[in-house]
Amino acid sequence: MSEPVAEELLDVTVTVNDVPRHARVPARRLLSDFLRHDLGLTGTHVGCEHGVCGACTVLVDGAPMRACLMFAVSAQAHAVTTIEGLGTIEAMGPVQQAFTECHGLQCGFCTPGFVTTITAFLEDNPEPTQDEAREAISGNLCRCTGYQNIVKSVLRAAEIKAERS
Amino acid sequence: MTTQMFGAPIRRKEDPRLVTGGGKFLDDLGRGALAAAFVRSPHAHAKIVDIDVTDALDVDGLVAIYTHEDLPGRVGEPLPLLIPHPTLTHGRTQHALAKDEVNHVGEPVVMVVARDRYLAEDACARIRVDYEALPPVVGIEAARAADLLVHDDVPGNIAAHMLQEVGDVEAALANAPHVLELDLAIERSACMPMEGKGVYARWDADREELRIYSSTQTSTGVRAAVAAKLGMPLAKVECIAPDVGGGFGVKINHPWPEEVLVPWVAKTLGVEVKWVEDRREHFISSAHERGQLQQVRVGFDDDGRLLGLDVKFWHDNGAYTPYGIIVPIITSTQLLGPYKPGTYRCEFWSLYTNTVLVTPYRGAGRPQGCFAMERTMDAIADELGLDRAEVRSRNFIQPSEMPFDHGLLFQDGRPLKYDSGDFPASLDKLKALVGWDDFAEYRDRARVEGRKVGLGIGCYVEGTGVGPYEGGHIQIETSGRVNVSTGLTSQGQGHETAFAQVVAQELGVPIEDVFVTTGDTRRMPYAVGTFASRAAVMSGNAIALAARNVRAKALRIAADALEVAADDLEIVDGIIRVKGAPDTQMSLGTVSVMSNPLRYAFDEAAKAATQFAGSNDPDKPPVADDDEPGLEGRDFYSPTQATFANGMHAAIVETDPVTAEINILRYCVIHDCGTMINPMIVEGQVHGGVAQGVGGALYERMVYDESGQLLNASFMDFLMPYASEIPHIETDHLETPSPLNPLGIKGAGEAGCIPVSAVIASAISDAEGFAITSMPISPVELWELRQRHASGEISSLRGRAPYPSEPSDPTTTRT
Ligand code: FES
Ligand code: FES
Repeated sequence: MSEPVAEELLDVTVTVNDVPRHARVPARRLLSDFLRHDLGLTGTHVGCEHGVCGACTVLVDGAPMRACLMFAVSAQAHAVTTIEGLGTIEAMGPVQQAFTECHGLQCGFCTPGFVTTITAFLEDNPEPTQDEAREAISGNLCRCTGYQNIVKSVLRAAEIKAERS
Repeated sequence: MTTQMFGAPIRRKEDPRLVTGGGKFLDDLGRGALAAAFVRSPHAHAKIVDIDVTDALDVDGLVAIYTHEDLPGRVGEPLPLLIPHPTLTHGRTQHALAKDEVNHVGEPVVMVVARDRYLAEDACARIRVDYEALPPVVGIEAARAADLLVHDDVPGNIAAHMLQEVGDVEAALANAPHVLELDLAIERSACMPMEGKGVYARWDADREELRIYSSTQTSTGVRAAVAAKLGMPLAKVECIAPDVGGGFGVKINHPWPEEVLVPWVAKTLGVEVKWVEDRREHFISSAHERGQLQQVRVGFDDDGRLLGLDVKFWHDNGAYTPYGIIVPIITSTQLLGPYKPGTYRCEFWSLYTNTVLVTPYRGAGRPQGCFAMERTMDAIADELGLDRAEVRSRNFIQPSEMPFDHGLLFQDGRPLKYDSGDFPASLDKLKALVGWDDFAEYRDRARVEGRKVGLGIGCYVEGTGVGPYEGGHIQIETSGRVNVSTGLTSQGQGHETAFAQVVAQELGVPIEDVFVTTGDTRRMPYAVGTFASRAAVMSGNAIALAARNVRAKALRIAADALEVAADDLEIVDGIIRVKGAPDTQMSLGTVSVMSNPLRYAFDEAAKAATQFAGSNDPDKPPVADDDEPGLEGRDFYSPTQATFANGMHAAIVETDPVTAEINILRYCVIHDCGTMINPMIVEGQVHGGVAQGVGGALYERMVYDESGQLLNASFMDFLMPYASEIPHIETDHLETPSPLNPLGIKGAGEAGCIPVSAVIASAISDAEGFAITSMPISPVELWELRQRHASGEISSLRGRAPYPSEPSDPTTTRT
């Protein structure tokens, strides 16, 4: 038996929801764990930790990324947006509001990943068709809703966005 | 009542926090708690020879390592067999950490506790367990052959053997003009909630109290089980189900090994400990469902009426039976669906295999039963050349025959007695919705275009709202805020909203003032759990009864104060007022102050209440003997038997003539769950159920190799449908209220997934012209069936013109 060797820690600074955040983490720390456990932003969820379910999707410089497939240190100097950065109960973002109007969620575990994904999608395609809306969410798994009301939420979010602008 | 709350599609109260990241799921709690991780068996069947933890001790941040030998007393004993049954003659349960032997890949062997999960897994990786591998039993056929045994002391691998018979089936079959035999199979699948299991425990040394948070469908169950295991007074253990990211059945089993071990470690070390299941752990150490082989013999007359039904099936219960044989019992009773079987015999064997244990998955044995019955209905129609819907309708239990007693015992040990339903009306609605009578024409047109389409149908009856009971507690604060509590949990079904609607309606208060808590044993220690589509039936009614109690008390107090008769009062928007003279009024908040005779004017409501203080009789105590302070009430609902919801689905499916790709073009649902509290939520439940059913019909299967390794234990390999795989679902409702409970509710949670495999099999059979007898089905499998059909190995359906074997040469149009 030898003396336990502590893991080397690295400094990482990431702008999260417009605020620069800093932590000392091991190189292998996943971005999802960094956000959830180091920063306490537990809105980003982990459903598979192997890049398939999309629950952990965050926006990195505006583009949807699987936070479970990125290391925290890889996000160094980038801007990350999590579900907490897209609105509050008092001032919901368009996609969030649309989900509450269209019953786009049941347990809500997959929801943050859908909301971030759809937010980025509507930036690119502000007036999607139903088929495009379905296509846009086809990289995220939801086990509860059967997707129908999520598709509806995408279309409604586009309307809300247009109304607000 | 100003606004109708009950029955309205109210937006969900839980959504604003969930869409903004404010949900509190298990892993969102206990930041800074120590983390547990497990060394799990890599073998399906093996003896444990030696465990060497030496190398793990080097890991920085390691706190403790435990094997079975370290577990004291009851913690080390086998986990409880929760639901014993007389026919479960060989029930077996696992140890929290394996003792001497492992019986499936994934069984926990060593527990590690460390500063965080990364380090705990580092330590796990350095622990060496020596095994002596034993040959495993994998799959139902191997279990049935019993050349090898899972448990040495369980002959034939038979955990349970059960037989129920109504009437003389042999005689009925012997005399029937027609008899058919069918061999059917359904594969294993799993609930796969997006949030896995998890448990977080805190020991409060000062109070010697244990608080457990668990991602569970039954917090009262976990609390009782842990208290028993740790030998603690129940009063010193509390359990809370936080936001739970889906359950679908897998979170009803309790206690899971981790639910015993994590609280035990927290108490032993006096610290906070958390374990959150990762996805691979969920695949190999939680629970699966659905695997059955079935044999049906059916006798019927020239009109297609059932005379005798003889069903045998073999159910794969995995390595252990902690949840008893609920699943096969449900299959054996619920396969009858909306039909009268004439005579009926069902015999099943529940078998051990060296695979993950089986507990209920949404539908709980019903999808298999529905598959057997509906394939049988199609076979009868085919044999006689009759319309499939017509054969079904000729066998329906009629509305005039309700309540209908099948003469069988249901899963709750009570008679299988349908309370309500109008099956002919449901079928009419379904046929209209899907365009049943116009389909032949559509098929002909498609055929001309070189397309293969088929129409499928499936009907089911679902025993819902099983007892024994649930409770509701309501307390009105002086502010007018209404706190509601029920003990059963929520995994996304919208209970906060649905129960608030019940209370808003019963009390006459704005729904914004109603706050519902579920699954917290501190607030309601008496409860059973959320499963079997029982929440709305059980807690909905219990809460309604509690609300009626509170309402009566509020009116009594207000009547006294206002010096009118209680019957002359009504409650509107939280204000009690005299009917016809609305100016004579007081708020429920004021009544709440008066109900608790403290008489301190600590806020405006209390100050207002003092003006009614006049009528105190100095000869009586402020709180009467038969009364209690506070504007609150509690009640329980406990029914004599289950309610029975029902529904019918139809789908139009297209199969590619070349690639055999299977595409669902339309999916239609008629659904009868009695009165609906919130149709939007009901519809959402149906959508989700159908999506899980489509997964089960076309994609999901647990692929074990012969050594018992689960080859597809990740989302990469276990195919769950994405949005691209799920069709738009068209729904229509029929409301036949249950006569059994005050609100007329049946249940809606599981319905959507029950008939889907049967419906899709029916539609594919219709498209292809030969019978589909095993689900799920992939394009490759369909393609192979086509080859066997073409070679004459599989016979054509007789009743309808089989699809021409050479379609109008689609290859030329495609290349
Ligand atoms: S948790 Fe990252 S994709 Fe599933
Ligand atoms: S709402 Fe539960 S997984 Fe999507």
